[in-house]
Amino acid sequence: MTENNPITLKLDPWHELTRFTPARIALGRAGMSLPTRACLDFQLAHALARDAVNIPLDFASLARRLSTQGYKSLTLQSQAENQAMYLQRPDLGRLLNAASLSGLQNNAAVVATDAVIVVADGLSSKAIANHAEPFLNLLLPELLQKNCKFPPVCLVKHGRVAIGDAVAEHYAARLCIVLIGERPGLSSPDSMGIYFTYKARAGKSSDAERNCISNIHPNGLSYQRALHKLMFLIDKAEKLQFSGVDLKDETTDFTEKKLQQVNFLLD
Amino acid sequence: MYKTTLAQLVYDFKTLRNLMAKATPARSGDYLAGVAAANNLERVAAQTVLAEVPLKRFLNEALVPYEHDEVTRLIIDEHDNTAFATISHLTVGDFRNWLLSEQATTSALTAIAAGLTPEMVAAVSKIMRLQDLILVAKKCRVITRFRNTLGLENRFSTRLQPNHPTDSPAGVAASLVDGLLYGCGDAVIGINPASDNLEATLRLLNLLSEVIERYQIPTQACVLAHVTTTMKAIEQGAPVDLIFQSIAGTQKANDSFGINLDLLNEAHHAGLQLNRGTLGNNCMYFETGQGSALSANAHEGLDQQTCETRAYAVARKFKPLLVNTVVGFIGPEYLYDGKQIIRAGLEDHFCGKLLGLPMGCDVCYTNHAEADQDDMDMLLTQFAVAGGTFIMGVPGADDVMLNYQSTSFHDALYVRQLLGLRPAPEFEQWLIQHKIFNSENQLLQQPDMPLLFKQTLQNLGNADHD
Repeated sequence: MTENNPITLKLDPWHELTRFTPARIALGRAGMSLPTRACLDFQLAHALARDAVNIPLDFASLARRLSTQGYKSLTLQSQAENQAMYLQRPDLGRLLNAASLSGLQNNAAVVATDAVIVVADGLSSKAIANHAEPFLNLLLPELLQKNCKFPPVCLVKHGRVAIGDAVAEHYAARLCIVLIGERPGLSSPDSMGIYFTYKARAGKSSDAERNCISNIHPNGLSYQRALHKLMFLIDKAEKLQFSGVDLKDETTDFTEKKLQQVNFLLD
Repeated sequence: MYKTTLAQLVYDFKTLRNLMAKATPARSGDYLAGVAAANNLERVAAQTVLAEVPLKRFLNEALVPYEHDEVTRLIIDEHDNTAFATISHLTVGDFRNWLLSEQATTSALTAIAAGLTPEMVAAVSKIMRLQDLILVAKKCRVITRFRNTLGLENRFSTRLQPNHPTDSPAGVAASLVDGLLYGCGDAVIGINPASDNLEATLRLLNLLSEVIERYQIPTQACVLAHVTTTMKAIEQGAPVDLIFQSIAGTQKANDSFGINLDLLNEAHHAGLQLNRGTLGNNCMYFETGQGSALSANAHEGLDQQTCETRAYAVARKFKPLLVNTVVGFIGPEYLYDGKQIIRAGLEDHFCGKLLGLPMGCDVCYTNHAEADQDDMDMLLTQFAVAGGTFIMGVPGADDVMLNYQSTSFHDALYVRQLLGLRPAPEFEQWLIQHKIFNSENQLLQQPDMPLLFKQTLQNLGNADHD
């Protein structure tokens, strides 16, 4: 496929502007339509994002990887029986199924629990497959160092954010940390989010009581920065005894490159 | 009262609200809400009963109680009985026949608009096929003005949407140049800010205003922040063209958006006082979408399409320049797949146009919906054939801030080429003057440096070598 035949293909001379934005600009055109190359690039990105949603997470493999690192885990499932049901019934994705509830009963807390860590596939299995284990490798030692007690990591199939509430309630934990695959974007199919809720209780905690750390993936927020934010939120919530909209993330964000602040159209 | 027997089964729909929900073509959000028909037969039974309901009935049986909901009060209090007179004797089924008949000319449809309630319009849409929705919507004409004229016959406009993940001015400007050079942006140049704070909003408002001024572009700008943020920006003297807000069809849903009719009224007045339009003063821009009320748990037992149509009563109160149904953004728990998204988009366009609104459609989907570019091509083409007012223009159809797929600059050119549709006349003149389009509605090949931005792009190049 040749992309330089000027008769069939018109290139956009403002191509250098692509350095200012990840947006798909200066794509050129075939007639007035999208050139073949750009068309296929889009299809590739869409295929990756679709697969992130539809390819099931290998829970056994994730449990093995955690076990290798010395961490126990429990695999649970929501009341959504399959992916189609999960997508259409967010209410069911927030509730544990009967088998999972009895599984939890058999894992009653022997000592007082401070935190629960819940990992849910959510809308991107790829996010969890790529980022959950490496992130937990940073988080769990940090929690242990703070003398924070937590039961086995709960891995939840077809889970929504609020499914963490039931787990937290079961263990009577103050800190509920949910790692979940975020709605995949075309340029970020494997983005992971962390939701933190203080004193989460099933059916009672509202979204306004949660703090979210979003966009954890190679081109987004790094594990280290995400961990920094999460530990800040945990410490602050322990002092305030609440989480949510009134608990502000006061960690400073990286400053943008100066290049991005110039508006070349006006300057 | 709402009773029928079909295939030896008796169907008794207790209330008009229940009947409307059961008559709605299948969509996931109504199943989620537990209001949908249990099966195909029940749906057809409901449609059969609904077709026999007199239009007048909708004035006497409020779907959400009058005392309880200010959107209902708005609908009932502002209903124009004189405009209603022509069709007041019809049932929903008769109304469909009338809409499709030769009697329903463009001027006849304009004349009845104020006599229609959202519920009447939603009801008739539920017994219409896509071709009906397209044919009737095409006869409606809604023209609005700010710095150009939108909604004229054989015109098709675009909102240029140069979003950037961090609101970087250079990033926004790069997409802006790309869009303008592809002939997009006559409906509005509208940015969704990455963060809804005053400082970011002010920065973007100034940027857009200066670009429009510098390049003398006959269009209007909008930063799609919450209405209260925009009002603060106005207080600080910011150059606000259009005031944006997401709206819904129940008071409770609007509450969850942090708005009410008084607040919108105040915002509208603030916008009018700025008087920045040159050709007209339609200064509001609203966005809606089926499922938004349910997602706020504020649907009041209504089906999502009826809820959506009630939002148009809110919109029409404030004479907007643009109303945009963001049809596939909400996700598969409300509109599961391409089929549901396509029908919803065409329903929204039809209902909005019949009520007298300048309807655009964000032809879009998310990656967890069962939809792809082919589905978008279907909706885009049908929406344009139906006489849709505007679509979005997003570089390469990929919004890198909101993480969803909308229509691209190329998509807009496809439709213009296919159906011979032109941009708003003032904007078209600007495109021709700057050698972006020729007078035959075709994009011109750009020289090494496009004339309009030649100096700017050259400066950029030089700066690199310094």
